[in-house]
Amino acid sequence: MSDTIQDAPRVAGEPPGGPVARNGITGRLRGAGIFLMKQREATVFVVVVLLILYFGVISSAGRSTFFTKIDLINLTQYAAPIIIIALGEVLLLICGEIDLSVGFTYAFAPFMMHFMIDYWHVPGILGIILAVVFGGVIGWINAFFTVTLGLPSFVTTLGTGFVLAGLILTTSHGTQASIPPAVTGIGHWIGTYAWSEIVWAVILTALFHMLLRRTRWGLHTIAVGGNALGAAEAGINVARIKYGNFMLTGMLGAFVGVQIAFQTGIIDTFSGGSAYQPMFYAVAAAVIGGTAMLGGSGTMIGAFLGAAVLAVLVDGFNVIGISAYPEQIYFGAAILIAMIANVQLARVRAAGRIR
Amino acid sequence: MTTDPVRTEQPDGQVTDVLRVEHIAKRYGAVTALIDVNLHLAKGEVLGLIGDNGAGKSTLLKILCGFQQPTSGRILLDGHEITLKSVDHARSLGIDAVYQDLALVNQLSVYHNMFLNREKVRWPLLSNKTMRRLTRQYLDEMGVKIPSVDADVAALSGGQRQAIAVARSVHSDAKILLLDEPLAAMGVKEGAMILDIVQDLKRSGDVSVIIIAHNYAQVLEVCDRVNLLQQGRITLDRTASETSVTELTNLVVAEYRKALEERQRSA
Repeated sequence: MSDTIQDAPRVAGEPPGGPVARNGITGRLRGAGIFLMKQREATVFVVVVLLILYFGVISSAGRSTFFTKIDLINLTQYAAPIIIIALGEVLLLICGEIDLSVGFTYAFAPFMMHFMIDYWHVPGILGIILAVVFGGVIGWINAFFTVTLGLPSFVTTLGTGFVLAGLILTTSHGTQASIPPAVTGIGHWIGTYAWSEIVWAVILTALFHMLLRRTRWGLHTIAVGGNALGAAEAGINVARIKYGNFMLTGMLGAFVGVQIAFQTGIIDTFSGGSAYQPMFYAVAAAVIGGTAMLGGSGTMIGAFLGAAVLAVLVDGFNVIGISAYPEQIYFGAAILIAMIANVQLARVRAAGRIR
Repeated sequence: MTTDPVRTEQPDGQVTDVLRVEHIAKRYGAVTALIDVNLHLAKGEVLGLIGDNGAGKSTLLKILCGFQQPTSGRILLDGHEITLKSVDHARSLGIDAVYQDLALVNQLSVYHNMFLNREKVRWPLLSNKTMRRLTRQYLDEMGVKIPSVDADVAALSGGQRQAIAVARSVHSDAKILLLDEPLAAMGVKEGAMILDIVQDLKRSGDVSVIIIAHNYAQVLEVCDRVNLLQQGRITLDRTASETSVTELTNLVVAEYRKALEERQRSA
């Protein structure tokens, strides 16, 4: 710092930290490299592209091919639910919380839709909306235990997850239900059409990206996760931010649950622990995409790409005919490698070498 | 927040205190941080609040900016009793603070910190362009040099961080500014810069300031009046011209000696 102003205000858009050599191929490569390093999502994007190329080349050598329509549909139907749940988890992870119960919200929501429409004669669309609102209510309960009663969210949502699992089995008597006929029409747009899920996932990712990057809500979410005391001192209502993000996560989980019911044509009880799976995949997608478990940073596009990594891995293994058994080994390795990359890149960024 | 009915003009033109604090006490369970604090602040006045560590200075400041609520006592703003419900509420009444911990978020850029919870918005989106421009302008006015307003504040030095926190409050349009050790992380030059800002505010005559500081020479240089806070009470209220660094130092040292003697006697 100095107490005089020597240079004119910096021109907007000029990269800070001095000009980058722009002439010649090496300069351009260097510029592209710096750009990639600066974009947290870029590393994951590169991984997705490499994986797709890898599976594409491998499978085109054999009889089946990775690039056919049916595989892309599989891929998107696998990725979309993970993406949408991950959007909520990213918000929660950024503000220093987590929701382990969202998989059960996901399982419970279509039952709520079924109960409301078939037993309580709620009009079809309203039934779907209320099922999503129900997810928000579960989020509110999670927030109440975590924020108001001061339990760690890990414990809260572990508990509410079990409660929800029991409630699903109790209320459904452990049996599947079929989609209420009143909503099969609208259901096509929500989840039955082959592309509907990925379209929703893309739209929601765009919306949540804007929410996180371009609105006060997103900014305050980062502030709460980065420095909760400082955020409170600046007058940010920390509790309100956390309540809101728990509720958003619950609503996203409920929406995905309804989508899956439409896609599969059946309302499943996901008996036992299998409802944890979508949550774990969503958290994995968030983490692979560069969201910090300690709060304060994360990206929606990163989570989208993280889910894409997981989906390409699964689909790729299927296409090239590798047995499903070692699948999770690759999953785990992918998460670990992504984490190592994120930690190391964060260290480089913190040192200011690429700013 | 609600618009306040409090900030009314005094029709008789009398010099009234913008802020009065009467019999404020603050207890945290068994710990008593403030016993009985009375102070007043005139319009355009700069009040130095000094006292040893643990005397309750920061607690008092956090009560005045609405971050904490007092156990008992009352606060009068322009002669009207108010209850500060929150930091937002205090801000809406024109009270703003620079905290000792600066309340900056490392993960956010300089300009987002500058406008934290006071963001410029074109609903529903943030007006990042406006915030960048204003941040550059504020920092240039203060003569603060930072690499870029887009940098995360984590990348800045202690003095730069402090300057951002001070600039943020100065530009909050507050009528009452509370500064908790604004000089703590500052070098000599940066300290002088902050003191210049306070002098400018004083000259403008609209803003009243309470400064907590440990450097008595700097306090006397910039303040109109000095209050000494000792063990939860204001024990000295002097105009700056009536006291000296030696007197203030002696008072604080005497307190320390007395406490030491008492401890030895009881041991």
